[in-house]
Amino acid sequence: MARKRRLPQEINAGSMADIAFLLLIFFLVTTQMNADKGLLRKLPPIVEEENQDNIKIKERNVFVVLVNANDQLLVEGKLMDVKNLRHETKEFIIPSCGDELQPECKDTVLSVPGVGQRKVILTKQVVSLQNDNGTSYDMYLRVQNELIAAYNELRNELAEEWYGKIFDKLTDDQASPIKVVYPQNISEAEPKQVGGPQ
Amino acid sequence: MSKFKKKGSKEAPPISTASLPDIVFMLLFFFMIATVIRDTSILVDQEMPKATEIQKLQKKSLVSCIYIGRPIKEMRSKYGDEPQIQLNDTYKTLNDIPDFIAKEREDKIEAQVPQMTTSLKVDKKVKMGIVTKVKQELRKVNALKINYAATEDNDR
Repeated sequence: MARKRRLPQEINAGSMADIAFLLLIFFLVTTQMNADKGLLRKLPPIVEEENQDNIKIKERNVFVVLVNANDQLLVEGKLMDVKNLRHETKEFIIPSCGDELQPECKDTVLSVPGVGQRKVILTKQVVSLQNDNGTSYDMYLRVQNELIAAYNELRNELAEEWYGKIFDKLTDDQASPIKVVYPQNISEAEPKQVGGPQ
Repeated sequence: MSKFKKKGSKEAPPISTASLPDIVFMLLFFFMIATVIRDTSILVDQEMPKATEIQKLQKKSLVSCIYIGRPIKEMRSKYGDEPQIQLNDTYKTLNDIPDFIAKEREDKIEAQVPQMTTSLKVDKKVKMGIVTKVKQELRKVNALKINYAATEDNDR
């Protein structure tokens, strides 16, 4: 008689995978990746008192944005709604030579990697943002957002023209000439203590 | 009698799926370890302002958070209604910020220090006065990269 080897009874582990998958999916759904998002800014380093007087910028080069304690916006001396700020800022940043009220500008030729030589107009524009101690953070961030948006839109337009894709998708090499044309000069003046406590 | 068995005479054995759970468990453990559950309990009201131009924060290990807002309900009887600054697990004052930044820097490689970002998680109702003071403290200790935490705004 042929010897018959008895195999040990195998436990069916087919459902084990299902259970593990269930656990995995549960975990994937419940743990939020807590993606930190926000507006990235860089603070200016502290300058020595004596040097501060040396930095003089002509009035026509500065785009003055003031926010008061009542969350009202004053742009270049005019009361304005936040909705119009982006458009107004873009208007200021886009170089328009010959206009006495617009920032000073000069022509240069930039070598753009992958595109070649391009004639561009550089301006000496600075956006100056000043808020009051009583300004709400929400308003402050909305103003910041609009200012950054104005720059981003212009950068995107230029990136689209030169490379055919948006600014965020560019490599560092490609992005640097655009940053030269539209530098994000948002300066924040020390806040004033005018309205209300705190 | 032939020496070789005829091919195909036997049915193909079923593919063993025994290792499948192991693989899935491996994935599960990876996920459990990789996703860091923040253990800081937030003691201030946090309602983030909305913004459209937000960027994702890269390199989470280089981010330190400063929470500013009104104390949560349970703490209000003790700390009042005024906005508080929270570092790690407790309310702190402005003077503690340099120490906090120094401590955050301690366990990082020196080359990474300039890349460190301070995320300001500020409630939208907070007034700018306290935020500005925090920013001044950060400037003093040369922690210049900051991030104003905000949530994505899809309406605008």
